[in-house]
Amino acid sequence: MQETEQAVDFEVAAKLGLTRDEFDKICSIMGRTPNFTEVSIFSVMWSEHCSYKNSIKYLKTLPRDGGRLLVAAGEENAGLMDIGDGEACAFKIESHNHPSALEPYQGAATGVGGIHRDIFTMGARPIAALNSLRFGDPNHPHMRHLIKGVVSGIGDYGNCLGVPTVGGEVYFDPSYQQNILVNAMSVGVVKIGETISACADGPGNPVFIVGSATGRDGIHGATFASADLTEDSAEDLPAVQVGDPFQEKLLLEASLEIIKTGAVVGMQDMGAAGITCSTSEMSAKSGTGMTINLDLVPTRQINMHAWEILLSESQERMLVVVKKGREKEIQAIFDKWDLECSEIGEVTDTGRIEFYQHGELVADVPANPLVLGGGAPVYDREFVRPKYMDDIKSINAPAVDDEALISIAKKIITSPNIASKKWVYEQYDHTVRTGNTNTIDPSDATIVRLKDSEKSLAVTVDCNSAYVHADPYKGTLIAVSEAARNIRCSGGFPLGVTNCLNFGNPYNPEVYYQFVNAIKGMGEACRKYNTPVTGGNVSFYNQSVIKDRTEPVFPTPTIGMVGLVEKKEHGTTLSFKSDGDHILLIGPSPTNIDGSLYVREILGHRLTPCPEFDLEVEYSLHETITTLITKALIAGAHDISEGGLFVSLMESAMAGNKGFDVSLPAHVSKNMYLFSESQSRLVISVRNEKLTAVEAILAEQALPFVRLGFVGGSSSCIDGIDFGAISNWAARYQNALSAILEQE
Amino acid sequence: MKFGVVVFPGSNCDDDMIHVLGSVLGAEVEKLWHKDTQFEGYTPEDCIVLPGGFSYGDYLRAGAIARYSPIMQAVISFANQGGKVIGICNGFQILCESGLLPGALVRNEHHKFISKNVCLRVETTDSLVTSGYQKGQIIKMPIAHAEGRYVTNEGGLAVLQKNDQVLFRYSTPEGALFSENGSTDNIAGICNKERNVFGMMPHPERASEAILGNTDGLALFQSLYKGELQAT
Repeated sequence: MQETEQAVDFEVAAKLGLTRDEFDKICSIMGRTPNFTEVSIFSVMWSEHCSYKNSIKYLKTLPRDGGRLLVAAGEENAGLMDIGDGEACAFKIESHNHPSALEPYQGAATGVGGIHRDIFTMGARPIAALNSLRFGDPNHPHMRHLIKGVVSGIGDYGNCLGVPTVGGEVYFDPSYQQNILVNAMSVGVVKIGETISACADGPGNPVFIVGSATGRDGIHGATFASADLTEDSAEDLPAVQVGDPFQEKLLLEASLEIIKTGAVVGMQDMGAAGITCSTSEMSAKSGTGMTINLDLVPTRQINMHAWEILLSESQERMLVVVKKGREKEIQAIFDKWDLECSEIGEVTDTGRIEFYQHGELVADVPANPLVLGGGAPVYDREFVRPKYMDDIKSINAPAVDDEALISIAKKIITSPNIASKKWVYEQYDHTVRTGNTNTIDPSDATIVRLKDSEKSLAVTVDCNSAYVHADPYKGTLIAVSEAARNIRCSGGFPLGVTNCLNFGNPYNPEVYYQFVNAIKGMGEACRKYNTPVTGGNVSFYNQSVIKDRTEPVFPTPTIGMVGLVEKKEHGTTLSFKSDGDHILLIGPSPTNIDGSLYVREILGHRLTPCPEFDLEVEYSLHETITTLITKALIAGAHDISEGGLFVSLMESAMAGNKGFDVSLPAHVSKNMYLFSESQSRLVISVRNEKLTAVEAILAEQALPFVRLGFVGGSSSCIDGIDFGAISNWAARYQNALSAILEQE
Repeated sequence: MKFGVVVFPGSNCDDDMIHVLGSVLGAEVEKLWHKDTQFEGYTPEDCIVLPGGFSYGDYLRAGAIARYSPIMQAVISFANQGGKVIGICNGFQILCESGLLPGALVRNEHHKFISKNVCLRVETTDSLVTSGYQKGQIIKMPIAHAEGRYVTNEGGLAVLQKNDQVLFRYSTPEGALFSENGSTDNIAGICNKERNVFGMMPHPERASEAILGNTDGLALFQSLYKGELQAT
């Protein structure tokens, strides 16, 4: 062993984030006290980030098979769904919260790079990227610094890689002030049978490391992601990695090319815990082992310790197991793309990972006990209903006059949570690959056409975390339902879900209550929609310690959903199309303003209940909108979500540059009806000649609906009240967020 | 007539270009690799395309390294013999860096990447890529660039104007000139004096199919493919 290596006792292990029990378990697995390199390996593999030790018990309750699922959750780097005609879709979402809070540009950029690698190491070409971003108050200068850094980090990486960023969400809430959330999703397409597994079959097969050289960046990133973010966290900056999208582009092309040779046994990207994680997971999956010579790993710095090489999270690297005898074919392709590619070891039948450096065995650990589903710990934490839930109260919409009604509408349309996010998405290339069909006329989910095919994918990310905070179970039912509703309104049907579960500290019983109940809601909704959860990631410890006070973020189980639009002509956009079209509202009438942006931001009540929701009604709405679209009966569809009916009408009007004249049902409170976020509702527009057919189907489905009025002109009118020109509303909507973010 | 699309390391619009030329236009098209020092079987009737992307990562200055790649010597002599060459986005940057087109492309005025649909005013119909439009016609195309601000000095601009080399300018939907990225004289695309080398920042290949909601770019490829100036 190296002279410089320190002796290991529990104190050392504790500094690496291990508990007493975990350290004892490691000693028992090893049959001796591990050396420093070995205990470092265990510490990262058993970190929350890699082992899912505090979440796996509940994750297993989610529907993990069924539908068109080809590869079960957790089996591979990402989930895989059958989309017909011999093609499959691979997709996954992942968080990069803590790195982005410290170094927003690189944190976000490497989050994008990591998730795309998960997709293309399976053999799928990424065709679309999405993201879900949560920030604190954008009026705060430091927050603007974070927002600008995150957005340019995502943009620069994806733009260079040439994968369009086609959708996403951006929310602002004080709970994210010290702990922003950056969730990135990638969607790829692959021919069935041309996928590659993250396995290490065949003892004797050579193991290659490909891509960037290994440096000291990102060491202990996984451990860092598994602890509270504190004021001292800036000292952990070396735990943030640096991205190189050009290198990734070369890796992407080379990876897809080597798979075609048939000489590749298995491949895995190096994300969290670098070489350690990829060698142990691939070996454990195949029941094999590996010997790795660390002297053969190209490094950026000299004199790197074994543990540094093993834990480095340098980006744009992959581990590839190749069929023995076919190394030259693989090397030729990496040479073609000017990529470094080094044989660093071979697959063994020992079940152990043996790392050598300077001719000595520096670490010798069994593969299976390291990994999730193997020997990694599994915990069940206690949970208790949070106290704040007792203070959640419903309030009635106050009586307001017409002038006040317009003033409220203006405040809502210019809220950063409602206003156009064009300042953000205009920095993302969303037209490259010529798949995104919504760059001129938007849909609720983004429709990405597949070339040389009748089909398109509909993709979306959704989660209203204020709802989840108010009621973790119901709020997550709604998050899944909104994603499915968006896909249905775009002309597709949902295929599957990837989730990014952003919560506070799991050792806090109130946080764990949020987690457990969110999973329960997610499972129930996903079973209803037959959308298996194909994978994703859990990010705990999203909170900040300020002096003695701990503030968890709003529980944020972000739902990434992929749907299939079977025929191009089913693709449906949200704009109002033609003067004279009828505007109909489908779904139950709202009775309150619970959970709405109106209550939280305009009336200032943060603790408001989750909006009304019924899963059966919601599902019936989904089936109905699909029927209307496939029968080509409607001109446009848009769901009612944040900001309520008013925002939905206005967004359709602005997208089509058309006015509208609507009347609300008699005897309803106007502000309640316009701003309620009561669920399971859509606005559709219908040509006059198709109205009878539409209403017949709605009656048949026993879904409530009302005729609100007509599309037409260039102005907006509600119940005889003149709300003014659409162009004025568009100016407010388009400029509100830019004005905040561009201030000095 | 056939098209050769050069693939540099970091090109990312090569597949989109091949899709439009091959599947939409029905033309013969193939990929050319940046490491090759020549391409065979091409006559001046044919066209070399330098697609968009981030050649060599564009970490230095967009196109500054790609101009030194082996294939560029062959592209330059092809152009000098009258062969048709068109560069889109990063391809335009490479053409300016290699001296096949005058001027340079520098960082956008507001230092941000800009990705949006913009309006262009067709400034001349006297070119193989604009003869399918009307002079003064307003068309829509996406841009997606961080270094798209076309710059040239006064003398250079005068030469462009005198020789009718400006193909497109950024405009409002109504046709008034509009500064999208700070380009000199709002220039979005130009050709060389001999009118066989074309460069533009907007992406016509992203605006050539009804499914994308925009076919304004298709006429550019159609007239280029026909290879003759149409009466307008």
